Amino acid sequence: MHGRVKVKSSAQQEEEKRKEREKKLKIYVAARDACFSKRKEGVWDDEALQLTQQLLSSNPDFATLWNYRREILMHLETVKDEDEVQKIYETELSFTESCLKMNPKSYGSWHHRGWVSARLPRPDWARELSLCDRCLSLDDRNFHCWDYRRMVVKMSGVPVDQELAFTDRLIGSNFSNYSSWHYRSTLLPLLHPGSPEPPSPCCEPPQSSPPPSPQTHSHRVCEEQLLKEYELVQNAFFTDPNDQSAWFYYRWLLGRAEREEMISCVYVSRDEERVAVVFSRPVNAQSVGLLLVLDGQPQRVEWRSVHPRFKHSPVWICDLPPGTINDISNEHNLTVHWTEKHTHRDCALYTGRNESWCRDTATDQELFRSELSVEKTSVLQSELQSVKQLQELEPLNKWCLLTIILLMRALDPLGYEKETLAHFQTLKEVDSVRAAYYSDLCSKFMIENTILKMEYAEVRVFSISDKNLTTLCHLDQLLLVTHINLSSNQLQRLPPQFAMLQCLEVLEADNNSIENLEGVYHLPRLEEVLLKNNKISTLADLQPLASCPKLKRLDLRGNPITQTTNVESELAELLPSVTDLLL
Amino acid sequence: MAAEDLPSEFDVVILGTGLAESVVAAACSRVGQRVLHLDRRSYYASNWASFTFNGLLTWIQQLQEESQPKEVPDWSSQLEEGEELIYLSSSDSSASICNLQVFCYTSEEDEEEQAPDTTEEETVRAADEDAVQEVSEAESAETREEEERRGADKGQAAQTAGEEPEAESHPHAAPSQSEPAKKKLSYAQLVKEGRRFNIDLVSKLMYSRGSLVDLLIKSNVSRYAEFKNVTRILTYRHGNVEQVPCSRADVFASRQLSVVEKRKLMRFLTSCVEETEEQTAYNGRPYLDFLCDQQLGENLQHFVLHSIAMVTADTPTEEGLASTRQFLRCLGRYGNTPFLFPVYGLGEIPQCFCRMCAVFGGIYCLRHSVHCLLVDKHTNRCKAVIDSRGQRISCSHFVAEASYVGAERKKVATPTRFLSRAVLITDSSVLASDSEQQVSVVTVPPIAAGCPAVKMVELCPSTMTCIPGTYLVHLTCQSIGSAYQDLSPLVTRMFRTVESHDKAETRPAVLWCLYFNMADGSGTEVEGHDLPSNVYVCSGPDGSLGHEHTIKQAEFIFHKILPDEEFCPPAPNPEDIIYDGETTAATGDTQEEEQSPQKQEEEEEETKEEEHLQTEE
Repeated sequence: MHGRVKVKSSAQQEEEKRKEREKKLKIYVAARDACFSKRKEGVWDDEALQLTQQLLSSNPDFATLWNYRREILMHLETVKDEDEVQKIYETELSFTESCLKMNPKSYGSWHHRGWVSARLPRPDWARELSLCDRCLSLDDRNFHCWDYRRMVVKMSGVPVDQELAFTDRLIGSNFSNYSSWHYRSTLLPLLHPGSPEPPSPCCEPPQSSPPPSPQTHSHRVCEEQLLKEYELVQNAFFTDPNDQSAWFYYRWLLGRAEREEMISCVYVSRDEERVAVVFSRPVNAQSVGLLLVLDGQPQRVEWRSVHPRFKHSPVWICDLPPGTINDISNEHNLTVHWTEKHTHRDCALYTGRNESWCRDTATDQELFRSELSVEKTSVLQSELQSVKQLQELEPLNKWCLLTIILLMRALDPLGYEKETLAHFQTLKEVDSVRAAYYSDLCSKFMIENTILKMEYAEVRVFSISDKNLTTLCHLDQLLLVTHINLSSNQLQRLPPQFAMLQCLEVLEADNNSIENLEGVYHLPRLEEVLLKNNKISTLADLQPLASCPKLKRLDLRGNPITQTTNVESELAELLPSVTDLLL
Repeated sequence: MAAEDLPSEFDVVILGTGLAESVVAAACSRVGQRVLHLDRRSYYASNWASFTFNGLLTWIQQLQEESQPKEVPDWSSQLEEGEELIYLSSSDSSASICNLQVFCYTSEEDEEEQAPDTTEEETVRAADEDAVQEVSEAESAETREEEERRGADKGQAAQTAGEEPEAESHPHAAPSQSEPAKKKLSYAQLVKEGRRFNIDLVSKLMYSRGSLVDLLIKSNVSRYAEFKNVTRILTYRHGNVEQVPCSRADVFASRQLSVVEKRKLMRFLTSCVEETEEQTAYNGRPYLDFLCDQQLGENLQHFVLHSIAMVTADTPTEEGLASTRQFLRCLGRYGNTPFLFPVYGLGEIPQCFCRMCAVFGGIYCLRHSVHCLLVDKHTNRCKAVIDSRGQRISCSHFVAEASYVGAERKKVATPTRFLSRAVLITDSSVLASDSEQQVSVVTVPPIAAGCPAVKMVELCPSTMTCIPGTYLVHLTCQSIGSAYQDLSPLVTRMFRTVESHDKAETRPAVLWCLYFNMADGSGTEVEGHDLPSNVYVCSGPDGSLGHEHTIKQAEFIFHKILPDEEFCPPAPNPEDIIYDGETTAATGDTQEEEQSPQKQEEEEEETKEEEHLQTEE
């Protein structure tokens, strides 16, 4: 007959559990001590393997024990034949597998598995791949597994198209998975290269050289595939517009190759006997093999960045030996070689001219669109249409608004300026915690637009007043500017980059919140600085101005500093060249 | 054990092993009540049962045979002072099952043996008194084939007699049907492999956050069963079967929706989760109106109304939204759809609860019933019952499935409603896909005005309910006519039977099918009948897709019996259970502890076996 069921009381259970735990701990500590002493004695035997296995199965994150284990295994490799080693390592694999079941995110277990796999005489990569797939199906964001999987794929030469199909599958089951999208972005350029250069083979034979690394390879994807990707990713962000992984991937899709590395401008000034060079990206000119050739003669010159703060900078200057070019009746030919990149730029200083420069023409098209591709305009236009459609349904979605702004900039930055500003306004409202980021981004775009307008007008005046600027950027593009007007913005400082404005004569920056003038540093031609209604409060704030030899006029009206006593005399001492001081 | 008498005293006697009764049994036993659980049938789970193919054929046969109520002996001699007798209904499930019709569309034997391919059709109406007589008269130990032939003959006879007008429109047998590609499974093969089918009498699914799943988890009964996800939701629309995108991954992957539709659908589904003023403004108005005003477009309206909310066009908005919310709440807990299905069929679930009851000491007897109740005239409480062997068993509470209670004692306001059911064995899925192992729900809106909406569940072999190469399809709707009248037009449209001619090649072929009506349990009340106050009536299966009604009812009954006890608290781990004869001294000895639950389960199995063997008389 069935009896009544009795259940143990909870106190009884607790007591049992406690005893159990105590027992376990005792065993663990004893085994650990035994392991350590064996290692100290340099014993590499089976018993040590047993002990570490026992410990690691209960605590797979004990790195020292994994190390000890590897020492033992490496020793065994030297004394056993290949078949035995194979067997030992296969046991090792099933052991790490059991550890991973305990903790699928254990650094130690994954690392050890990678180590073993790489040393296995006859590896079974198919099994490793299926292990990864199993693991990722349980947690598709386990980055340990992603890392390990990449290693397996690399070692076993899995065809790229198969890997792409793998990302299809993962994205299909859950598209909020940036790991999968990102993996796609590394595979697509290999499978569907966009550049005219010969397509790389889809499948790298396992023994051949490693697959083309992203550095040596174009990041672009052919247009046909791009259209498919646009569709896929649109499905994702229309389904869930708040999921950022799809948007990030979309931005990558819309992006284009980095700009060509080159010397974008060489400027030479007869008066100052100085050469300035602008690079397409920040470099350290002291170490990139920069060579200045003047009238066929290599010159030994000292390159320096415009501000001591910069080790890397897009703008570098050097002084020529005194007397080399100061005779206005001489013509000089200058070449700057960037030997590391096998590129150079020439510049001629003609008779009767005080300065000269040589730079890229038609920079307007190329200059600021590196964020988005200049794929066919029609493609971008239709992308803009679909994202606008989404925006109608989701007027307050920040990702959508931001993408519209980017697309508009890629299409026609000046034509869409008004709409862009309106979208920025909405963005700041719906995503107020990032308002400052949007302000900075907007400032950047406004500066880009102003630079474009200046280029079209072919003037050396840069005027961007009353645009709510919160930050300054692209200052390397303003090397030739003589007159800058930054009035009525929200700037708080003139950053060190400001020192790139090597030709600047007049600085207008009234009605901002500037309290720091760090960037007004060694500007050889600066004569006038207008800083009415800013937040300059101490004499130290004005210290950088002392490095500008030609400064004559300084307007400090409406600044806190005017309230300090003896300000006038102290200023005269600090800035002896200033003759016209407004307080 | 078979010959032994049962103990003469229990706390609760429960009659019928359907889901509600089994849950009550488990719940009572779990909190220490002495439970006697009986079923007059030879199988567990009453109308919730699952059968092998052969078991189902036997079930059909029994229903057709069973006719005259057996003479119930007069037990008045057992009466004590101040007691009166209430006789229970003695007829079996014939009251709850009717209109059985069986059709076989596949060849009798393997095709090599019997060419050209012929299609047999058998038509039997259990409700038809004459037919039933005819069958039961001629019944003996004949072979299955002979039965079949007779069944077919009878069907033909019925046709000529004009008793079944709807059957006349169908050709009796197509002389030959070319089958070039795939060889059809023959009837003989179905019978031969019949053991591997698990065919449910009711077709339901488990909402993954529904009360049944919650109860299974809470009570630890879930450990006795395995479950599979329903993998997709389909709908029948414009003559085609389409997949309904309902989860985020589905919407993302759907090819039939435009990106704008995707957004609209996702936004609608997200907005549904919270109740808003906009929604309450539609209370009382049809859900369809609300959906129209959401500017979803026709596609999405169909999906939301029929496949997600699973309601009709005139359902009030608040109800439609509630169903939509339930659907959404259940999404993503276990998979891409809100539903689970128990491996080996739904019949497993009542048995799992019975098992839990048995683990805690409940006693089980099949083919064993209660003939009458002994009622104290003064208190109007049931004091004891007299079982089918004439033993008097005293009890404090009595629970019975509705079919055990005579109609004259039941309070039924409206005439009993029925469900129409069809069970099909087909050769392929209604919607082919990459994977053959899909478990699908198909929602079919009314195909014409006045027709019922049909819920269809298609099970693949990996659910262990049918054999490889076949699919098991369950159709359920509220009855308007007989099951055949209600469901066969849809079957003809969606599948290939003898009746369908045009363009049918791409559709799945029906190998065998069964139509029947089952009483809809949703109308039965627990109380309020002409019965003693400590007697509770459990309803049979209802027509809804989930189990909410039944679980609610079981909990209600439990609290009536034991108002102060917890309903199905978690069962302790096997290692924490101390069994009789085992002293607490054994705690230190882990090995023995680990073995004991197994032993117990073995014992339990044995007991069950014994109970199976127990026979009446």
